[in-house]
Amino acid sequence: MTINTLSQDGVQRQQMPCLTKMERMIISMQDPDMGIKLRNQRLLITVIPHKCSISDEEALHVGQLFVKYGYIYPLKEPRNLILKADDSSYRFQTPYYWMSTRWPASELDYAIYLAKKNIRKQGELIEYEKECYNALHKRINHTWDFVVMQAREQLRASKQRRKGDRIVLECQEQAYWLVNRPPVSPEHYKLTTLTKNTIIEHNRISLARNRVKSSICLESYVKYCEQYQPHDPIMQGCLPSNPWITDDIMFWNMNSETVALPTKLRVERWSFSFMELLNDQMGRKEFLTYLEKEFSAENLCFWQACEDVRHGETAKIPEKVDEVYKQFLAPGASRWVNIDSKTMEKTLEGLKRPHRFVLDDAQMHIYFLMKKDSYPRYLKSELYKNLLARAIVPQETKKSVFPFMRRQRHSSPSPALATQTAEDDGKAKDESR
Amino acid sequence: MAAQEVASQPSDTLTTLKTESETLKTKLEEERAKLHDVELHQVAEKIEALGQFVMKTRRTLKGHGNKVLCMDWCKDKRRIVSSSQDGKVIVWDAFTTNKEHAVTMPCTWVMACAYAPSGCAVACGGLDNKCSVYPLSLDKNENLAAKKKSVAMHTNYLSACCFTNSDMQILTSSGDGTCALWDVESGQMLQSFHGHAADVLCLDLAPSETGNTFVSGGCDKKACVWDMRTGQCIQSFETHESDINSVRYYPSGDAFASGSDDATCRLYDLRADREVAIYSKESIIFGTSSVDFSLSGRLLFGGYNDYTINVWDVLKGTRVSILFGHENRVSTLRVSPDGTAFCSGSWDHTLRIWA
Repeated sequence: MTINTLSQDGVQRQQMPCLTKMERMIISMQDPDMGIKLRNQRLLITVIPHKCSISDEEALHVGQLFVKYGYIYPLKEPRNLILKADDSSYRFQTPYYWMSTRWPASELDYAIYLAKKNIRKQGELIEYEKECYNALHKRINHTWDFVVMQAREQLRASKQRRKGDRIVLECQEQAYWLVNRPPVSPEHYKLTTLTKNTIIEHNRISLARNRVKSSICLESYVKYCEQYQPHDPIMQGCLPSNPWITDDIMFWNMNSETVALPTKLRVERWSFSFMELLNDQMGRKEFLTYLEKEFSAENLCFWQACEDVRHGETAKIPEKVDEVYKQFLAPGASRWVNIDSKTMEKTLEGLKRPHRFVLDDAQMHIYFLMKKDSYPRYLKSELYKNLLARAIVPQETKKSVFPFMRRQRHSSPSPALATQTAEDDGKAKDESR
Repeated sequence: MAAQEVASQPSDTLTTLKTESETLKTKLEEERAKLHDVELHQVAEKIEALGQFVMKTRRTLKGHGNKVLCMDWCKDKRRIVSSSQDGKVIVWDAFTTNKEHAVTMPCTWVMACAYAPSGCAVACGGLDNKCSVYPLSLDKNENLAAKKKSVAMHTNYLSACCFTNSDMQILTSSGDGTCALWDVESGQMLQSFHGHAADVLCLDLAPSETGNTFVSGGCDKKACVWDMRTGQCIQSFETHESDINSVRYYPSGDAFASGSDDATCRLYDLRADREVAIYSKESIIFGTSSVDFSLSGRLLFGGYNDYTINVWDVLKGTRVSILFGHENRVSTLRVSPDGTAFCSGSWDHTLRIWA
């Protein structure tokens, strides 16, 4: 559920504090001694610090909000709901039409207002008002007699008022409806047709898409769940024990990045997919060691450098891309990567105007090269098999015999500290050079 | 199109476009149905049913003064950040239940918060229409709010945010109907995503190899998959009957689940391009606020507005367990990075860790 569509009450509850505050200011602005200068016949405001601490810009901004929410309305261009910093005339809206008292603006009232206008102007309503009138006529047709009757009654009553009062009341009512039923511009139609066109285009593209049979897709879930079930602590528990249950953090310690010997499950997981291997820092290191033996370590380094460009700071992209070019792509580079000529050409062309994704094609090429070639060979290598053989299978720690004697829950160093120390070390190293 | 042309016959053009749109939509549904040769539960018949399921609250984190709206895990698997209606964002070591950092936001209803991958910062936002990044300082005396960086600027409330693969970029979704990708250092918008017809309530990054897509769900009942590079909507799904409050990718990245106000959770497959499962029961009347998968993807946890958490067998489509404990609606739910537990946050001001 969204804030905006909370029950009607909810929105009003949220808006009320703003409205109350605005109303307090409006009332103080109309204070005969401390408030705004009013002129006879037409009430006028000029730009307005009623407190010395408010700047003109802020005053103007606050004033704009007043106009937007209908507490003040312009006289010259009633449809233009903005506050201008000149001597155009404005009037305070009567509390009867304040948002807090008359929210939400009902359809029925709007219908009556439009009906009145229609009668007065003998059918000469503006475009969008005509649309609304017709739409309302359709929607609340059952009460239309009531609407017309009310409209006639109100018009009759207003004729009996003094001309000055009548004009003011008409202005107030018009202002209220301009705020609560803003006009729909021709731009809106343009926008709607544009949106519809985009949707149509999108649907056309979707129609042309290649789809896979459900049976194939669904089978893949079954396989995935089966493969990962032993690794899912909630499904099958974890060894030595789930830290949250036994308060023992051995599980986390044994699976940390810097542990000497990894667990068997962890090493097994590297064989599930290339992504799994790369996502584990230890796995990545092992793979790098293997690649070094094969003299193709530059591939992984290149891939890492590209990741750094893609996810790094925008400002550093040009210099990073330049580094990558010098190290990996330039002819005769120390760690030259073997990309096919077409991709190389395209990449070099793109390097003239480096952007975040300029290395994507080359990175993808090298990634799939590693995935199809080096990765399967790594899994068959002695390096991997040895590690798998040596990997630990932790002993299960039973839950404490005396459940009321809870193990002490040790805190761990915050990751923020880890980076800070690393930075400090780095600084110390630089300084000692 | 000339403005005059549009103004004179707006309704005609719109009606023709509307009909064309409807026809294409029907055709699309037909095409999607052609390749649907089997239902998920049929495929799952051969799998063993799950046994008795026991999950309990292992930690209760008390400290928020008002409704907890959002939470996220740190990559260290034990720390979390949570945000609440009273404007407070708290970083906890959930294992010891100690509070480590607290930030007071200048606005209330902090509906989104996220932990940076490095663990050195948190991002949060809400009614201020912004997403701000706070570096986590270990100096107890330092005011975290002083180093705050305003990154994202929307024209309506921030509903969700998450870091991409690094601390340098943030993806946000907003009540203004758009999502956007931002550069944290400069605050520059790198890409914006338009297509939702109403508030966007949630998003999730794809765990794919190429890491370039994400899914979002909104009040227009649509879930859209986006290409982060081009800003295009690649796929969209519209089968829910109400606002989509939460979307989460299946661990393989080939599908995603969604939770909605229509009291159902649904699974959508990206390759089959259709909805493949609905998780619902007659007795579940209130909407789902948040969903997440267990590590293997076999279980789907859903936090509901009726204060409960339902655990679904993703493959068989049945409910495995119902967890009671919260005293008000469950607003947020995330499984920990190593899958050892999940955390739920609620309008009852607390967070609970379940394992």
